[in-house]
Amino acid sequence: MARLSAESEELARTIIPRYPRSRSALIPLLHVAQEQDGWVSPEAIAHIAELLDLTPVEVLGTCSFYGMFKLHPVGRYVVGVCTNISCLLLGGEELLAHCEARLGIKAGATTDDGMFTLEDVECIAACTDAPCLQVNYRYFLNLTHEQADALFDDLRAGRRGDEVPEHGTLTRVRQRIASERWSGHGAEGLPVPPGQVR
Amino acid sequence: MADSEQATKETLTVTLDGKEIEAEPGELVIAAAERNGVYIPRFCYHPRMRSVGMCRMCIVEIDSGRGPALQPSCMVPVSEGMTVTTESALTKKAQDGVLEFLLINHPLDCPVCDKGGECPLQDQTLAFGPGESRFVEEKRHFEKPIAISELVYLDRERCVLCDRCTRFAKEVAGDPLISFIDRGNHTQVNTFPDDPFSSYFSGNTVQLCPVGALLARPYRFRARPWDLDQVESTCTSCAFGCRVALQSSANRLVRKLGVDVDPVNWGWLCDKGRFDFEATNSDDRLGGPLVRSRAPGAAGDGAGELAPGTWSEAWDRVVEGIARARLRPGRESIAVLGGARLTNEDAYAWSKLARSVLGTDSVDAQLGDGLPAEVVVGLPRASIDAACGADTVLLLAPDVKEELPVLYLRLRQAVVERGLQVVEVSPVATAMTPYTAVSLRYRPGEAASVVRAVLSGDQATGTDGPADERRRAGELLRAGSLVCVLGRPSLAESAQPVAAAAASVLDALPEVTFLSALRRANVHGALDMGLAPGVLPGRVSLEEGRRWFADAWGSLPSGPGLDAHGILTGAAEGRVACLVLLGADPLADFPDRSLARRALAGAGFVLAVDGFLTASARRADVVLPAAVYGEKGGTTTNLEGRVSRLHQKITPPGTARTDWMIAAELAWRLGGDLGFTSEDEVWDEIERLAPSHHGLTRARLASAEGFDGLLAGGVPEAGDRDAPPTMSQADSPGVLGAMRHTKDDSLATTGMGHDRHPDPQSGSEPAGAPPGLAAAEGAASAGGSGYADGGTPQEVRGDGDAVQASVATETDQGGSDAFRPSGGGADHGSAQRPSPLRWSGGGATAPTPPPLDRYSLRLVSARKLYDDGTLVQRSPSLAPLAPGPRIRLNPGDLSPLGVGTGTKLQVTSGQGRVVLVAVADAGVPQGSALVTFNQPGPGAADLIDSDGAVTEVRIETLGGAGGATS
Repeated sequence: MARLSAESEELARTIIPRYPRSRSALIPLLHVAQEQDGWVSPEAIAHIAELLDLTPVEVLGTCSFYGMFKLHPVGRYVVGVCTNISCLLLGGEELLAHCEARLGIKAGATTDDGMFTLEDVECIAACTDAPCLQVNYRYFLNLTHEQADALFDDLRAGRRGDEVPEHGTLTRVRQRIASERWSGHGAEGLPVPPGQVR
Repeated sequence: MADSEQATKETLTVTLDGKEIEAEPGELVIAAAERNGVYIPRFCYHPRMRSVGMCRMCIVEIDSGRGPALQPSCMVPVSEGMTVTTESALTKKAQDGVLEFLLINHPLDCPVCDKGGECPLQDQTLAFGPGESRFVEEKRHFEKPIAISELVYLDRERCVLCDRCTRFAKEVAGDPLISFIDRGNHTQVNTFPDDPFSSYFSGNTVQLCPVGALLARPYRFRARPWDLDQVESTCTSCAFGCRVALQSSANRLVRKLGVDVDPVNWGWLCDKGRFDFEATNSDDRLGGPLVRSRAPGAAGDGAGELAPGTWSEAWDRVVEGIARARLRPGRESIAVLGGARLTNEDAYAWSKLARSVLGTDSVDAQLGDGLPAEVVVGLPRASIDAACGADTVLLLAPDVKEELPVLYLRLRQAVVERGLQVVEVSPVATAMTPYTAVSLRYRPGEAASVVRAVLSGDQATGTDGPADERRRAGELLRAGSLVCVLGRPSLAESAQPVAAAAASVLDALPEVTFLSALRRANVHGALDMGLAPGVLPGRVSLEEGRRWFADAWGSLPSGPGLDAHGILTGAAEGRVACLVLLGADPLADFPDRSLARRALAGAGFVLAVDGFLTASARRADVVLPAAVYGEKGGTTTNLEGRVSRLHQKITPPGTARTDWMIAAELAWRLGGDLGFTSEDEVWDEIERLAPSHHGLTRARLASAEGFDGLLAGGVPEAGDRDAPPTMSQADSPGVLGAMRHTKDDSLATTGMGHDRHPDPQSGSEPAGAPPGLAAAEGAASAGGSGYADGGTPQEVRGDGDAVQASVATETDQGGSDAFRPSGGGADHGSAQRPSPLRWSGGGATAPTPPPLDRYSLRLVSARKLYDDGTLVQRSPSLAPLAPGPRIRLNPGDLSPLGVGTGTKLQVTSGQGRVVLVAVADAGVPQGSALVTFNQPGPGAADLIDSDGAVTEVRIETLGGAGGATS
C-alpha cells in the first residue's frame, strides 16, 4: 500500500493536462489510486496532492465525500445493503441484521478471511425491487434471507463469477484515451483563466 | 468625495422592512441591511471572505419581482425595487428551524466552553431561536478537543460547519491545511493525519469561529468574557501596525484580537502578533533597576555582579558614567543604540535627550539590520493600499511572510483577487515567489546590477537567469503604476546594493513610490523621531533642521554621528565611553555577533533600558526596567508612516517606567529639562516641531478618523473609490460596500469579526450591541475613541495657525543655554519649518563584491517568524515553534558532498565556524547558502562579517577522514 506506482504515476501525468486546472484531475487520479490498491491509502493521497499541487487534506476532503472511494482496505466482495425508505419498509433493516449475523461482522467491517465487507448504504435506486443489496456494485433484488445466505455461500465458493467480478480494484474507469481524441491542449494544459493561480 | 461617488455610482432603491433604503449595486442584501441598521443573523457570512451560504441562518423573505421567497441574504445581491422582509412570521419560522437544526448536534456545554458569554450561537439562539428543541436522539460524538496545531484546539462536537475557518485557511491565508472531511451527518473539520494546521495565521480561525469549536491554547480556560477588560491598541510585533483589541483579566494580558481597519490589517493578525503578549506577563520581566557591584580595585567594566538596586543608586551610577564619558573627546564618546521597541513619544524623548543633553548624534534605532535611515525616510512613500492597488509591485525585500506576515496576506490577496503583478528580485525564493509574475534571483551583493539590467533592458549584464524573464520584468515595471516594497533581503550582505538598486529604480522611473519592509516594531516611528544619525524628528536632516531644532531644543551636535555599525566598531576599539542600549540586544540582533561582543566588552559604561534581561543587558553596568507593550500608551508608526494609538492596559511590574519618563528624569539629573511631564505633552511637542507630523493632533488621533491611524508626511490615503473590489463575488464585482467597515462596531470582534451581536435582552432590537459593550459604543459615538477607557475627553486643539500664533507670542523665552530645553514655548519666530529630507540616491554606490571563488558559497541570511527574539522566547506558546538554525543549499551544491537533508555540516567564514543541519532546497540558487538568522543556538550571526560587502562561507562534512571540501 503505497504511493502511486511508476505506471500509475505515468497514467496520472497523462490525465492531468486534460483539464484547464490541474485540480480538476483529482477524482480521476483517486480512481487511479483505487484501481492500483483497491483502496485509497494515505500515501497515495499524499502523492496525488504532490502531483496536483494541493495539500493532502484537500485530497482527503474530496475523497472522503464519495462513499465509493474506500479509505480502508476492503474485502473481495463489498456488500452494500440498502436501508433507505423503500427497503426499510420492506425489511431492509432486517436483511442487514441477518447479513451481520450470517457474516459475523457489523456493518462497516470486513470478515477476518478478507472475503466480505458489509456496508449499510443509502438508496441505490432499486426501490421497485426492495429489499435489495449490491455486491461489488452488482444488484441483487427482492432478496429473502435464504437467498442472501445462498448468495454468500456461492460467492465464498466462487460460483458467481459470471455475475459478480471479484473485487480487484472496485474501480473500472476508462482512463486511457487515445491521444488523437484529446481536446488538443497537449502537455501544457488549457490556459488558466486570468486572476487564477493554478 | 460624496459628490464624486454620486457621479460614478448609481444607487439602487430597496424596500427593507417597509422602509426605502439606498444600496450600492452588487451589495449583498445582508450587508445593505446591516448598513441601514437591520441586523440579519448569520454564522458563515464574513465580509472579508466569499459568501458560501453554508449555514442558512440569514434567510429572509426577498421579493425581486416574482413574489416573496425565502433566500439566504448573504448570497443575493440587491436589485432595483427589491423588497426584503426580515421580521415576517415566515422568516421567523425559518430562522427557528435553522437554529433548531444547527443545535441538533451542538453539545450545549456552554458552562465549560470558553466562548460562553461572547458566543454568536448563544446570542443568536436567544434572540432568534425557538427556545426549545424537539430533538431527543443521541448527538454525534467526537474526541473532545484535539490539537490541530501547536496553538489551536478543535472541538468538533461544537462545530456548526460554517466553513469560516476552512475558507480563511484557503482563501485568505493560502494554507489549506484544514478541510471538511466525510459527508452529511459525519462531516467534520480536520487536518490530514500527521499534517498539522501549522499556519502563521491559524489564530485568526479562532477569532472567526462563531462557536467554541476552535480555541487558542494561550487563552483556553484563562478567563471568561465578562471578566475581560479591553482597550484599543496597535500590534507592535512587527512594523505592519495591525489594529487590535487588547484584553486583560486581573492585570494580566490574556488575549489580542484583530480589529478590522480598511487601510491596514482587515481584521487579520499573525500568530506571533496574536500570542506574543505572553511575554508581557513573563516572570522574566524586570521590576526594578539592576546595578553592577564594583569589584575591588577595578573601575567597573563588567567586573562585578549585576544585582538589584534602587533607582537612586542606579541614577547615581548612570550620571557618573555619563559625566565621565563627557570628558572624552570625539563624536562617539556617548552613543545610543536601539529604540524600535519604543513608542513615538519615547523615541522623541530619547532623540531630544541625546541631541540636546547628551550632545551626541550617534543614535541608531536600527541594528545594522535595516537600510540607511536617509533611504527609509527620504524616499517618496506609498501606503499599503497604494501598493496593493498598484499595477505592479517590485519586491526588493526579505520574505514578507516571515517578517511582515499580514503584508503578505494583503499582497497575496491583491495578486489572487485582482491580478496585481509582482516582480520579485531576491537572493532566494520566498513565500511570495509562487504569486509573482517574474521572480529573479541575484547573487548576494549584486542586487543593484540585476535591477539595472532589468531597467535598462540590457541582456548582456553578467547575471544569471533567463533573459526573457528580465525583459518581461522590465516591461511590467514600466506598464503602469509601480510601488517598490523595499527592505533588506539578506543580513549577510551590505545594505548598499539594495539602496543603490532603489536609486536606480527611482532614477529610471521617477513616478515610483516606496513601501518600506523593515520589520522591527516601531522602527519607522523611531526614524521619524530622529533616532538615526543625521536625522532629526519629522524626517528632516540634521543640517536642514539645525536652525529650527536648535531654536526649540537649545543645542544640537555639531555634525552627524555614527550608525549602529560605526557605534559598535567604535565601542570595540574603546572609543565609546558610554553606550546606551535602548531595548536593543546587539548580541542577538546585530548581524555580526563577534563585533557586538567586542563592542560590549570595549564600551566604557553600558546602560541598558529594557523590559527583559537580554544577553546584552546582562553585560551592562546598569539596567533600568522599562514598561513594555500593553503597559504604556502613546502612539506607534507603521511601515507606511501611519501613526496610530497604543493604550495602556495593565500596570508595569514593580517600579518599571516608560522610556520617555526615564529620558526626562535622566535629563533632569544631568541638569537639563526635556520640558514635558506627560505623554500628551510629548505628542503635542512632536506635532508642533516635527514637520512630517504637523497637523496630526491628539484630537484627530482620538477621533473616528484617527481610529485607522493617520498617515504622516502628507502621503495620500487611498480613497475608497480607488480601492480594489476586494473579495468580490465571482460574478458581481464591487461588493465593496458589503465590507465597508463601520468604526463604532469594531468592538464586536470579541465575538465575530466586526459583526454586530444581537441583543438578547431586547429581541425587538436585534441590531443592538450586547450589554457589556453598549457603553463602549456609546463612548465611541460621543467621544470618538471607540473604547471604554479612551473616553477621557481630549482638549480639542485649534488649527495649525492657532498653534503657530501661540508659539509666536512667546518669542523671548528661547535662549542659548546648552541645556536649555524647548519647553512649551520655544522661539520659532526666526526659523522656518524645515522641509523634509529627500533621498534620490546621491552617493549610493554598491560596493564591489569580491570575485567569485568556486570553493565558496555566498551567504544569505534572513529571519523566520518564530526566532530567538525576546518576545517569542518569552512567550511559552511560541518559543517551541522556532525551527532552529539550518543551512539551506541547492541540491546541486549539496549532492557533491555526498550528503542530503538532515546531515550536519561545518560552515566556516572569515568570522567563525558553526555546525548546522543541512536542508536541500531548490529555492536557493547554486552558489548561495541560506542560514536562518537569530535561531536558538549558534548561527548566521557567528558567520556574518558586517565590514564586508558579502560574506562567503565554505561547507565541509563532519567526521570521517577530515571531511570533503565542496
